[in-house]
Amino acid sequence: MFKRYKNYLGIAGWGVGRRWGIERYLYILHRITGLGILSYFLLHIFVTTSRIFGEEVWEFMMRSVDKPIFKIGEFMVFLAFCFHGLNGLRLIFIELGFKLAIGEAEEPVYPYKTSLNKQRPLLFVCMVICIVLVILGGINFIRVFHF
Amino acid sequence: MKREIIFKILRYNPDNNKKPFYQEYKVEIREGMTVLDALHKIRETDDPTISMRFSCRMGVCGSCAMLINGKPQLACSTQVLEVSKKMIILAPLPNYDIIKDLIPDLSVLFEKHLSMKPYIKRDDIKDKEDPKEEFYQSPEDLVKYLQFAYCIKCGICLAACPTVATDRDYPGPMPLTQAYRYCVDTRDNGYKDRKDVLGDSHGVFRCHYAGECSNACPKGVDPAKAIQFMKRMLVFDYLKLLKTKKTAQCLGKPKDAKRMEGIPAPPEFTIK
Amino acid sequence: MRETKYWFWHIVCGFVMLFLLGLHMIIMHLDEILGVFKFAGERVLAFENVASRSKMIGFACIYVLLVGAALYHGLYGLRSMLLELSMIKPLHRLINIGFWILGVILFIVGAAGSIIFIIRFG
Repeated sequence: MFKRYKNYLGIAGWGVGRRWGIERYLYILHRITGLGILSYFLLHIFVTTSRIFGEEVWEFMMRSVDKPIFKIGEFMVFLAFCFHGLNGLRLIFIELGFKLAIGEAEEPVYPYKTSLNKQRPLLFVCMVICIVLVILGGINFIRVFHF
Repeated sequence: MKREIIFKILRYNPDNNKKPFYQEYKVEIREGMTVLDALHKIRETDDPTISMRFSCRMGVCGSCAMLINGKPQLACSTQVLEVSKKMIILAPLPNYDIIKDLIPDLSVLFEKHLSMKPYIKRDDIKDKEDPKEEFYQSPEDLVKYLQFAYCIKCGICLAACPTVATDRDYPGPMPLTQAYRYCVDTRDNGYKDRKDVLGDSHGVFRCHYAGECSNACPKGVDPAKAIQFMKRMLVFDYLKLLKTKKTAQCLGKPKDAKRMEGIPAPPEFTIK
Repeated sequence: MRETKYWFWHIVCGFVMLFLLGLHMIIMHLDEILGVFKFAGERVLAFENVASRSKMIGFACIYVLLVGAALYHGLYGLRSMLLELSMIKPLHRLINIGFWILGVILFIVGAAGSIIFIIRFG
């Protein structure tokens, strides 16, 4: 057996952008937002379960998380949810092979058009809705906390 | 128009080097020259020791796939000036071991390909082994897999895939596409033999549609699309909604048909 | 084929959450603009508001469903990321079993919150 040099990209290979397409960036953002939401959610279960101990415990819990850093964190979770949800909806349509989302098998003619081109209107619609929701959430956030 | 362009090429010789390193060459490039042309020029004039694979030099054999300025492409069908007017960085395809310089070890790719049983599997072995007539297939049946049959096995999609970067058990876009190509072929009924590997925890569901395989594919095969169709097939099978396709049967000539007037008879068979 | 089953339910949970978590987010983060489900007082997180929502059987059911769907979807997502790391391959079996146990425990904690609240205050 000859000597070989291992050339696997590793975790860097998930995120390295360079000359990649937009779907790659959405893929990595989908992962980051997913991890963010999950870590918030695990804490959220314990915080919200505290309501069974009555008003005092609940208000104490709410006071202890009533700091700008938590509020900004919560808003980040809202942003992450908007993105993850809408990008996830796009992925559901694609991954279940809906013809409207990715088209059908067809003979490739140069310059090649792939399923990526076919799903781009869907991507565009999802991201526009995401931006609208984020703006609405932002207005709400500013109104509540008078920043 | 001529331009002097710097080529940074990743060099690695397993006998002398512990780690790969970049070496620089200055090459005069004419308009229309491909990266492969430039590599040949470097070997002729500067350094004959650079190792690389190439064969057809027209995007058919898939030997010369390499990482060109960070994107896996075929060196023979990429023009230098379209990529950069200053510097080209060449490296072997990532996600494979390096044998020497620009040569990746593609044996992993072929092993994964083989694990997908990429050949016609039929229940009626007699028809397959010793067919007396042709299998009937309509043009509509053909289109279902033709796109995926254009694959040249250059290995670019595995180099572009983010999942393959970390998961060595994931077959990667090319083998999964070939699995779908045979599953959807009307002459084949080997889906039941392939579905266990495809529906494994390192199977099709580790694809998350980053879309890089389809972006990078030099033949427009669109592996990402085939993988999504494969997922659909598996999910429909799980929900018991999968329509069993009719396996193509042998179709002979009609026995007592008469030739239409004015149409000449075909020439005699040259091989009896 | 087992992975097909897991993945299919991951997708189903994601789709369910899009609506349930969407509703939850509208209540919590668009409260100033839309002002829905604020039964008592202005602050959406005041105990009276939380209690009035938690006492409704419909809301409690949604919370239990949501906690289950979110846990399954989230833990499957994290598991699939970890399965893609070949460098921790010896741990994959442990991850598969550990995540089921973790999921069930967290579901019990989350669901207990909704059910005990109704019994105590409802």
